[in-house]
Amino acid sequence: MTADPAGVLTGTHFLDGDQACCEGALAAGCRFAAGYPITPSTEIVERFAQRAPLVSGLFVQLEDELASSIAIQGAVWAGAKAFTVTSGPGFSLMMEHIGYAAMTETPCVIVNVQRGGPSTGLPTLPGQADLMQARWGSHGDYELIALSPNSPQECFSLTLEAFNFAEQYRVPVIVLMDEVVGHMTEKVIIPPAEQIEIVPRRYTHLSPEDYLPFHAGPDGVPEMVRAGDGYRIHITGMTHNERGFPEVSVEAQENLVRRLVDKIRLHADAIARVEETATEDAEIIVIAYGITSRVALRAVQMARERGVAAGLLRPVVVWPFPEQRLRELAAHARGFLVVEMNYGQMVREVERIVAGRAPVSLLGHGGGSVHTPEQILESIVALQPVAEPTR
Amino acid sequence: MNQEKQPAGPAPKPKKVRGKVYVNALRCKGCGFCIAFCPPRVLEFTAEFNPQGYHFPQLSNPDGCTGCDLCGLYCPDFAIYGVMLKNGAPSAKDPKAASEEAQP
Amino acid sequence: MSATVELVPPNPVEAILRTERMPSIWCPGCGIGTTVNCFARALLQAKLDPKKVVVVSGIGCSGRVAGYVDLDSFHTTHGRAIPFATGLKLANPELTTIVYSGDGDLVGIGGNHFIHAARRNVDLKVFCVNNFTYGMTGGQVAPTTPLRALSTTTPYGCFEQPFNLPQIAEAAGAVYVARWTSYHVRQLAHAMGEALRKKGFAFIEILSPCPTLYLRRNRLGDGVAMMQYFKEASVVRHGAPTREVGIDFQGPLAVGKFVDIERPGFLELVNQQLGRTLDAEYAGCGGEGDYVRG
Repeated sequence: MTADPAGVLTGTHFLDGDQACCEGALAAGCRFAAGYPITPSTEIVERFAQRAPLVSGLFVQLEDELASSIAIQGAVWAGAKAFTVTSGPGFSLMMEHIGYAAMTETPCVIVNVQRGGPSTGLPTLPGQADLMQARWGSHGDYELIALSPNSPQECFSLTLEAFNFAEQYRVPVIVLMDEVVGHMTEKVIIPPAEQIEIVPRRYTHLSPEDYLPFHAGPDGVPEMVRAGDGYRIHITGMTHNERGFPEVSVEAQENLVRRLVDKIRLHADAIARVEETATEDAEIIVIAYGITSRVALRAVQMARERGVAAGLLRPVVVWPFPEQRLRELAAHARGFLVVEMNYGQMVREVERIVAGRAPVSLLGHGGGSVHTPEQILESIVALQPVAEPTR
Repeated sequence: MNQEKQPAGPAPKPKKVRGKVYVNALRCKGCGFCIAFCPPRVLEFTAEFNPQGYHFPQLSNPDGCTGCDLCGLYCPDFAIYGVMLKNGAPSAKDPKAASEEAQP
Repeated sequence: MSATVELVPPNPVEAILRTERMPSIWCPGCGIGTTVNCFARALLQAKLDPKKVVVVSGIGCSGRVAGYVDLDSFHTTHGRAIPFATGLKLANPELTTIVYSGDGDLVGIGGNHFIHAARRNVDLKVFCVNNFTYGMTGGQVAPTTPLRALSTTTPYGCFEQPFNLPQIAEAAGAVYVARWTSYHVRQLAHAMGEALRKKGFAFIEILSPCPTLYLRRNRLGDGVAMMQYFKEASVVRHGAPTREVGIDFQGPLAVGKFVDIERPGFLELVNQQLGRTLDAEYAGCGGEGDYVRG
């Protein structure tokens, strides 16, 4: 189906990433948001607070991120599309409820506009050190999807896609922005509503007698219902059976959690998405996401100008990580340079996947500033394979 | 005016609405709330056990049950409830009368 | 004649219970089931459409109530039933939304959410079963444990003053505040009925025995003994000032309806304020129930 025109601000705009993110949510059909102020994400919900009531939506500022991250799930079970936004310290508070959403298969979107950490860190400066947390931050085994925009335009389009992924796979979806992308202002083109594909909630057509809340189809995703329609569901964060009732047993755990994890793992290749520049014949492949990828692109261009066969692999979906593509590239690349605004997070995935077939190098720092093209270029050059000595 | 002569001896008492209880012994956990708080005190524990090992209630004095259903309201396990009777059958005035024919 | 053999016609309250999941996990002598019994009566008497009644609970023995009622039910995270219920209610105001949980869950870890929802006057019915302990985890001290009482984490006696729940509820802005015990079954069922009909944040504290932990550790006997204490120590004091109804260890208990006032509800205020500011541009919230769901 296509988007509800009421929420689509069709046209050419000059927006920052936060504002564009809000528009992406509205275009996706999101009409409920709960949140708590935290730099540099606050502008997303400030805009939503202003825009939503004009299109039958509502923003409620709740007392903390604990409340916000669970209130959106209540709204989802009443039938709404809902999201919340935050940054590092709030993201940490939301971890229990990200796990609850994964366990109860509640489709929702959480935006983390990353800033320098840990703890209160650098509230107004960028970081990319929440990547692993986005994947592993809650306790237990679960999988989710995380997207990372590198422009205000992508803040719009990837936030919209986040809602689609959430409905498709019934998982919490993280939009992993960073402070620079969130606060940079660029042209954002919002297409007409009829050109925007929306994945609707996968409501069941079965009767209450036949419906089993956690019985999944071939893709591992159960059909959904909402409160008030007579299905008398029971939703719990405890390990549960297909009926939804708690079942504390090894068998129930294996049946349920295996499926929750496989929902994404078995479809990882279909979900993964990258953007590549000059990778076909690249010897040195730079891997970067978010604002860092914009700088890395410039560095790759500079390297090519100097005759270095460099390329850029930009994960757009950061979780699941693009393993298949990276494995393919590892077959011919002579070196990988991972550039991230942290002391080494994505590099661990790259090392694991490349598995020694080529050297992997990290250009990282603690955040607060963006890499310069010169810094990245220097590291690209340093990674070049040493020329074979001629006879 | 003519007054019907009272027969000799105490006047027969008017027929009172009596009650009875239904006990689902399998659900009972022997907590004793029903027995302790039955106003006419007509409930007692059975000597036997249910499969879980709990004594469950029974009427010690069936004639004394008023069908007030306080036992039913107290029971944490929905293992007992009372109904009012009229002429030995659940009273039409008792909202639970319909339950006599209710299917589980 | 053995009662085990006789087929028993179902108890009418079973219409809204998940009897296939019984017997419940609650201990013999625990009062939670009694409160559910009262709730079931109140619900049936109120003649609400069960499809539109939702129970949201937290974690703990009282939190398990959600699993035993045959309604749309949500067993959420510890302390967060109220914000979940808030989101649910705002997205579909047609749903009668009940929060059913324990003292530790609602006013311990959940304390912050409790006072804010009361402040906002979100249309929730909050039934708080207070057994003076954290039962599910083995009987630790709770914000409601009376001074000097024993618990696993206060083995020498509790050294904190407990909360006075009706006082907090009133101070935070609840429009209906009552306290009963699991002994006062008829009054409790009646109060729950009032709460179901009341618009706004309605709060009922229900004192209940925890025989396995709180009673045993403090040598207070079994469930019946605690119920006898409730019966003898309770004084009905409708309208009493809530600052006077705190509970000392095995002390007098003030029960009754303390607060019943009118105040604009949360959605009412949302609509009023946005309507006033935005006038014709305002699309409206909560009226027809479909606004946020689209």
